[in-house]
Amino acid sequence: MRVTLHQDKCVASGQCVLAAQDVFDQRDEDGVAVLLDDNPPAEAHDDVRHAAAVCPALAITLAES
Amino acid sequence: MNTTRNVVIVGASVAGLTTAVTLRTLGYDGRLTLIGDEPHTPYDRPPLSKQILAGTWEPDRITLRTDEELSALDAELLFGRSATGLDIAAGRVLLDGGDSVSYGSLVIATGVNPCRLPGTDLAGVHLLRTLDDALALRAALLRGPKVAVVGAGFLGAEAAAAARGMGLDVTLIDPRPVPMRRQFGDRVGALVGQLHQDHGVSVRCGTGVNQFLEIDGRVTGLELTDGIKLDADLVVVAVGAAPATGWLRGSGLLLTNGVECDATCRAAPGVYAAGDVASWHNSHFDAPMRLEHRLNATEQAQAVARNLLGEELPFAPVPYFWTDQYDARIQAYGVFPADADLAVLHGELENRRFVAAYGHRGRVVGVLGWNCPRELRKLRQLVVDRAPWSSIGAQECLTAAW
Repeated sequence: MRVTLHQDKCVASGQCVLAAQDVFDQRDEDGVAVLLDDNPPAEAHDDVRHAAAVCPALAITLAES
Repeated sequence: MNTTRNVVIVGASVAGLTTAVTLRTLGYDGRLTLIGDEPHTPYDRPPLSKQILAGTWEPDRITLRTDEELSALDAELLFGRSATGLDIAAGRVLLDGGDSVSYGSLVIATGVNPCRLPGTDLAGVHLLRTLDDALALRAALLRGPKVAVVGAGFLGAEAAAAARGMGLDVTLIDPRPVPMRRQFGDRVGALVGQLHQDHGVSVRCGTGVNQFLEIDGRVTGLELTDGIKLDADLVVVAVGAAPATGWLRGSGLLLTNGVECDATCRAAPGVYAAGDVASWHNSHFDAPMRLEHRLNATEQAQAVARNLLGEELPFAPVPYFWTDQYDARIQAYGVFPADADLAVLHGELENRRFVAAYGHRGRVVGVLGWNCPRELRKLRQLVVDRAPWSSIGAQECLTAAW
């Protein structure tokens, strides 16, 4: 799985961090999401799919391999 | 297990589309029909009053799914069609033009319609709900009018900020004493009012509108309840919205505050509702709820898809919503009752950089962050845990916060 985070769309809701905290974090200054792992391990895939599905700014796209 | 093979979804914005996507993700391979009354490909609404109005984003950027993703849904897409009635006994949705669609299971996701005021039909008066509304308002703002915004909730406050960001003369009017009072209460609402004043908006809160002034069918101003007459070439009416349930009258569904549902978002056997139109019992707060928030549309649609396929679990989320105005990003988790107490947990109110907790009946029911996204996310757990109010430091509690 390849994860792409579009920071220019991010509204800093933090929903991705709540869903998959090993894959996403937030910047200190403005809360914009940060991608920690663009190729997460299989056990994180369900959480990452959930993060992409709930992102209120549609800022996360996934390419499933 | 519900064995339906024919799901019809009425409403093709976030809630309707997310229901369809989630059904397919969960393996539903039966018939799927998605009906939406707008001709556009489904799009996202929060940017309408922000980036679209400000002109920083083009409309194609808010599309919810590409054409390829929509066709991969393997659904019949009836866009630009309105549902006009529901016959539950026959399992049919009636459409404009006289035809109808039969269903095995139905999802109602028709959202809300903006409320109107006498005068809304005048030229120069704008509502803001759809993409077409936003583009029309943007085009009118570019002509450099003197602007009055009636209603200082989410939409009105954001529209005022966008218009002011274009350098326009803007007045923000609301009959309540401070902006966003219904959302955040008096203290935080007063800070929102100060924010607008600091950016040059004339804030007239505590004042209603007596009448719209006009010449030859075009608005020229407003007469306020305090007797003052205000010139305006353009008026934005943002006085709330009502659930879009007109097509359901006479269906037998209970329509008190939107479509009334049980804790699993079910309105009747085989009939569910999701998004702004749905009223349900949120067991986490033990309260009836109907939310017009972006994230709720997604989460409720996901819950409806699961329940429709047989999960039948209560939908009990901690609501999340946000607003962007100027350089302020205000985010909130939970609920914010009018008689709640307020305590600052991080930062200071006066600096407009803080996290505040809202307490009700001895529990933390909401947390609100102003330009503090990270800290707010960590403190969300207080709402999840329904933490005792006494546990967060009562000495910081601001009495008469509301």
